[in-house]
Amino acid sequence: MIKMMNSILDRARVIKAYRGFIIGSVKREFDAKYRNSLLGSVWSIITPLSTIVIYVVIFTNLMKARLVGVDNSFAYGIYICAGVLTWGMFSEVITRCQNVFLANANMLKKLSFPRVCLPVIVVSSSLVNLGIVLCLFLVFLVLSGSWPGWPLLGLFPLLFIQLLMSVSLGVALGVVNVFFRDVTQLTGVLLQFWFWFTPIVYPLTILPDFVRDLVLLNPMTPLVNGYQTIFVYGEWPVWSELNVPIAFSLILSIFCVKLYQAHGGEMVDEL
Amino acid sequence: MGSIKVSGLGKAYKRYASPWARLREWLSPLKRTFHEKHWVLKDVNFEIGAGESVGIAGVNGAGKSTLLKLITGTSVATEGEVSVVGRVAALLELGMGFHPDFTGRQNAYMSGQLLGLSVDEISGLMPHIESFAEIGEYIDHPVRTYSSGMQVRLAFSVATALRPDILIIDEALSVGDAYFQHKSFARIREFREKGTTLLIVSHNRAAIQSICDRAILINNGSVEKSGEPELVMDYYHALMSEKQGKLIRQTTLSDGSVQTVSGSGEVGFRSVELLSEAGIPTERINVGELVSLRLEIDVLQAVPSLVVGFMVKDSFGQIIYGVNTDRLDRKLEKLDEGERVSVTYKFPANLGKGNFSISLALTRSDSHLDKTYEWRDRAIVFSVRNTKKEDFVGLAWFGVEADVSRDLAGQ
Repeated sequence: MIKMMNSILDRARVIKAYRGFIIGSVKREFDAKYRNSLLGSVWSIITPLSTIVIYVVIFTNLMKARLVGVDNSFAYGIYICAGVLTWGMFSEVITRCQNVFLANANMLKKLSFPRVCLPVIVVSSSLVNLGIVLCLFLVFLVLSGSWPGWPLLGLFPLLFIQLLMSVSLGVALGVVNVFFRDVTQLTGVLLQFWFWFTPIVYPLTILPDFVRDLVLLNPMTPLVNGYQTIFVYGEWPVWSELNVPIAFSLILSIFCVKLYQAHGGEMVDEL
Repeated sequence: MGSIKVSGLGKAYKRYASPWARLREWLSPLKRTFHEKHWVLKDVNFEIGAGESVGIAGVNGAGKSTLLKLITGTSVATEGEVSVVGRVAALLELGMGFHPDFTGRQNAYMSGQLLGLSVDEISGLMPHIESFAEIGEYIDHPVRTYSSGMQVRLAFSVATALRPDILIIDEALSVGDAYFQHKSFARIREFREKGTTLLIVSHNRAAIQSICDRAILINNGSVEKSGEPELVMDYYHALMSEKQGKLIRQTTLSDGSVQTVSGSGEVGFRSVELLSEAGIPTERINVGELVSLRLEIDVLQAVPSLVVGFMVKDSFGQIIYGVNTDRLDRKLEKLDEGERVSVTYKFPANLGKGNFSISLALTRSDSHLDKTYEWRDRAIVFSVRNTKKEDFVGLAWFGVEADVSRDLAGQ
């Protein structure tokens, strides 16, 4: 345990020492994304804004979808956004982490630097993306009179657990991907199944009983459910439901570290 | 500051019969292995002290680049240890892991940050980096538009913006143009004088001999020879031209220098002499003296052709002049066993003051890489004095005449 704490502290120190590189890389990434485009970083607002608008407009006005037991006419739009926006980050982190070593092969082969920086860069830039989206979403909530209030703070623990889960899974897949390039395809398929296996666009209540029991086993279900509780009902998430995702994330992260220790050294030989 | 210690270092790449074999190994609960180890380096040991400059030589695939990767920490050793003390700047292969879509400036910042510098520090160094790289407005263009030479210029400028304790360079400089090579070597020399430890991989004999205190020859994944650059490079040269596995002999001469003799032995030297203008064997000659190099050669086995060549080298081992009978249109063909050949080269020793050596070669054709019967480095060592000519500097005497005129009419 003490050994583990020390190694975490070591990592933290390394990350602090290389913060310049990490921050710089995140900035450069944004730069590169909008380079040669006329509107530039305006796109980083337009894209998520359109997501929100589409979900809210389509589900609220066109499909007239309503959530049972909620008075707000925007409820279904908010319900979907709460899941889709956070899932977006979940899938972004996994997709980018599983490719992080291959994408940076050039650097890994020629420079010696702490590799822990790479997933940290991925997480930082996806946090920035999520930050932009959430700000827009919060503005919408204020305008539509659905401001959730204090329970909003419940987002932080939920996001933390989600990050731990997605980084661990992503990096583990990333290590395997160096040796077996099937992982990229596999990840795409897996994420698609996982998305529809999580109550994001549909409420849990519409599922038949036996399917619902299965979906409840999914560690993402309590997290997404937590986001929906906060945004739609303005209530705190039910903490006891988070035991499964917490345990799952911890097991994944230990597995990820073990896998990295076993095969991380060989990676450069294969890149 | 700046030392490297390599002990028992070995690197093996795993080879699997198929990707499935790797998967089987990963999933094997009993830790069974399904791979063959392919050793690239085995039991490499050496130490490089602070301020030393060491060149690493070896044929392609000898393991030089792998060795540097292990030292810089980009690759992980299979066995043994590397310990490095001091701040390292390394230029491995081309570029420094530059990102092709970012501009030169952005890449410079990124590389600087990876060397542990802050944005402010890099901003402070940026003018120096730009002026040293001399790539003009390209600094703000994406790196993918750069020529390989420009990438090297930028990479070198960034890596050496601050003087590191240890500078490691892998071939990189051979890509740049002559002008930049010259400029970068000047900087490397400057660093060396200020105490930076150097580790350079190069095929360029002149580069290693002019800048290194010591050379290490890597062959078949281990240290084959280590010592004086000239000695090691002579050995390397002999090794390269003689891959048939014939014996290489190195003997220490009376003046402490080492003579390297190698070759397949069908033809050999019986005697070699440097004669003064008066026709007397000598080791000391005057600037501009007309000397002869007399070579007596025995043909021990019949050979289809023979080319006799010589090279004059300065004390750093740099070649000043070299020629052979083929290029002088004195072809020797169909030589019988027991034949004796005598070749005399006459030339004015238009050399500057200093010590020189002559290397000799008996080969089958103009290229010594084809087949070498005998190669003799430092076959003759001689010194040049200046008693008759004007006082001048440099390695060569030009016999310059000065024509000076003054015009007083304007006053």
